[in-house]
Amino acid sequence: MAPRLSNQSLGRRLKRELFASPLDGLISIGMIGFLLAVAAGFAHWALFQARWQVIQANSILLAIGRYPQSQQWRLWLLTSLLAAATGISWGLLRGLPRPDRPARLWPRNDRLAVGLLTGLALLSPLALKLPLLIQLRWWLIAALLVGLRWACGRWARILPSGWRPWLGLAWPLLYLLGMVLISGGFGLIQVSSSQWGGLLLTLLEASFAILLCFPLGILLALGRRSELPLLRWGSVVYIEFIRGAPLITLLFLGQNILGFMLPGGLAPERVWRAAWVLTFFAAAYVAEAVRSGLAAMPRGQMEAARSLGLPVHLALIHVVLPQAMRVALPATVGQFITLLQDTTLLSLIGLMDLLQIAGTVMANPDYLGRNAEVYLTLAVLFWCCCAALGLGSRALERRLDPQPIPTS
Amino acid sequence: MAFGSSPIPSGPAAPIPWWRNRRLVPWLVQAAVGLSVLVLVAFLMTNLVRNLTAKGMLLSFGWIDNPAGFPIAETVLPYDPDMPYWRALAAGMVNTLRVVVVGLVLSSLLGTVAGAASFSSNGLLRRLARVYVEIIRNIPLLLQLVFWYSVVFLALPNGQAAIQLPGIVLAKSGLYLGSAQLVNGVWQAPLSLSLEFGALLTGLVVYTGAFIAEVVRGGIASVPRGQWEAARSLGISQTQTLRRIVLPQALRVIVPGLNSQYISLAKNSSLALACGYPDFYSVASNTGNQTGRDVEVVLILMGSYLVIDLLISALMNGVNRLVQLRER
Repeated sequence: MAPRLSNQSLGRRLKRELFASPLDGLISIGMIGFLLAVAAGFAHWALFQARWQVIQANSILLAIGRYPQSQQWRLWLLTSLLAAATGISWGLLRGLPRPDRPARLWPRNDRLAVGLLTGLALLSPLALKLPLLIQLRWWLIAALLVGLRWACGRWARILPSGWRPWLGLAWPLLYLLGMVLISGGFGLIQVSSSQWGGLLLTLLEASFAILLCFPLGILLALGRRSELPLLRWGSVVYIEFIRGAPLITLLFLGQNILGFMLPGGLAPERVWRAAWVLTFFAAAYVAEAVRSGLAAMPRGQMEAARSLGLPVHLALIHVVLPQAMRVALPATVGQFITLLQDTTLLSLIGLMDLLQIAGTVMANPDYLGRNAEVYLTLAVLFWCCCAALGLGSRALERRLDPQPIPTS
Repeated sequence: MAFGSSPIPSGPAAPIPWWRNRRLVPWLVQAAVGLSVLVLVAFLMTNLVRNLTAKGMLLSFGWIDNPAGFPIAETVLPYDPDMPYWRALAAGMVNTLRVVVVGLVLSSLLGTVAGAASFSSNGLLRRLARVYVEIIRNIPLLLQLVFWYSVVFLALPNGQAAIQLPGIVLAKSGLYLGSAQLVNGVWQAPLSLSLEFGALLTGLVVYTGAFIAEVVRGGIASVPRGQWEAARSLGISQTQTLRRIVLPQALRVIVPGLNSQYISLAKNSSLALACGYPDFYSVASNTGNQTGRDVEVVLILMGSYLVIDLLISALMNGVNRLVQLRER
């Protein structure tokens, strides 16, 4: 994009951007007219014709499916814990800056994010017309997140430095705890996986597959570049086999054939079968992304590490992979985004993911023909999740950049 | 070797322990991995064979000659329910190829236009191209397909109220291309398409177009600025520069990227189920439901899509050879 010239007035910039030549002017006027017509039509529909009650009345169904009402406190607890962990991690990230970066407790993006979060927490429960008690809970959760972000950012340095490496462990522990909270066990009532649904199921499947396909993908990528012929050909066959088939055929295989392949009782439930298929599917694509990163590494990196006496696995872990992953990061996160979108295919095999729950909502005679409202809501939801992943990837890329850009 | 030990061993050389043997260890690793994979596959396969034998459904393709018995809503290949399963599958495959081939052409056009638009001198056009790509890429394809089908295409008006554009009429009964006429309240035209096909095609083209736009944009961005400037200084217009100078060079970068987008389009066409279009996957899944021959059906499905992928790859590799720089 052209650099913004401060001495140019808005009028001049508009003229240069829109009316540089007569043809450009014509195109611009045509497009402005078209966009205004589309925007007016959409606004008219959204304000006067759309019946948003379908979303308001079904917000809980869309969020968690048919999760039993008496056990929903577990999900509230989990949401609060996640908010707390996010707030703490975020605060520590800013409070304990890396030695090569300038320390800034509240960069502009953070202030923006907190503002956005507060606005969302205040407005969306109102827009969804949630009962006051539930509204209050959302406000408390948002306050918890922002408060911990503030407190941890402020007093991060009090933390003994010996503890810091262990803090990262909180997230995997929280994930396991979340699984227990959702599914039951350890004294909690079992909630069968067929009762999970909506956004809960979508996020659960996506996060499970993302977490597991990543290490699997790295192993496959290393296998594909290995000098050992059996490992290399095994990885190649696996990756090409998976990449050659549409996901829906693999899900079909998982649902209909996997049961035959395992002795009775060992076959996981349908939700988990789908989760494993998603994992193995995504691993092949992540492997290709990681392979591109490995290919970008000069041979000298490995050779230098080896000549310093590092064994192969340590050279990979400490020298080659960190650099390769930095190169492969955008493509890998791109695959994660695709994976999140691919969870919608679960609706085709009859699992109660967000899209399938939307189908049941629209099949309700009270909301017949309200497809546009429901699909639009889902689209916005997915768009926000995917865009957030993309933004996170770009932020991580900047943070991992070995040559920090001097901030003004 | 431990860190800090002297590089030249002093004293008599100790025998190398077996786990440090550079010839033995790779073979041991491979043998271990190969053996565990083999054991796993053998375990799964024996279970599969045992369970299928118990059901009396061991791998066989004899059923493929039995009459299919289910109707297919629309086919290019003549088909009726009395015909055998293989004919139903073939009809489904022709339906898939139809949407894939038309989709490839249209999404390439859309993608090229949108990709080139991000280099327009018009700021609005440039931003519109970015907005299109960013919106479409972050919404699941399946959601887009059901949206196109149930919100856009099923809401089309019928009869006289149908949307009439030059050369095409959009009605709830179908899409009519060419000179369409209303005869007794029914639209008739030389070429008519079903709503299901229209929705699937639109969804696939809009979705793949956004990805192709990114490939095209990357390709054009890879052409050095100097090429643009040299063309401008020779007085060649912006459009001509793009067509005659930049695109031929950009194609070398674009074609390999197109290959993978075309393959995803072919694979994504299996989501036709969501629009009710009877493609290969939906016919095969019907076949599986009726015969219970899931293993055979999955084998046919995977093999067929693999063949389509390989065909597209072979075609694009040919194109790639054409556009590569030929040096002396």
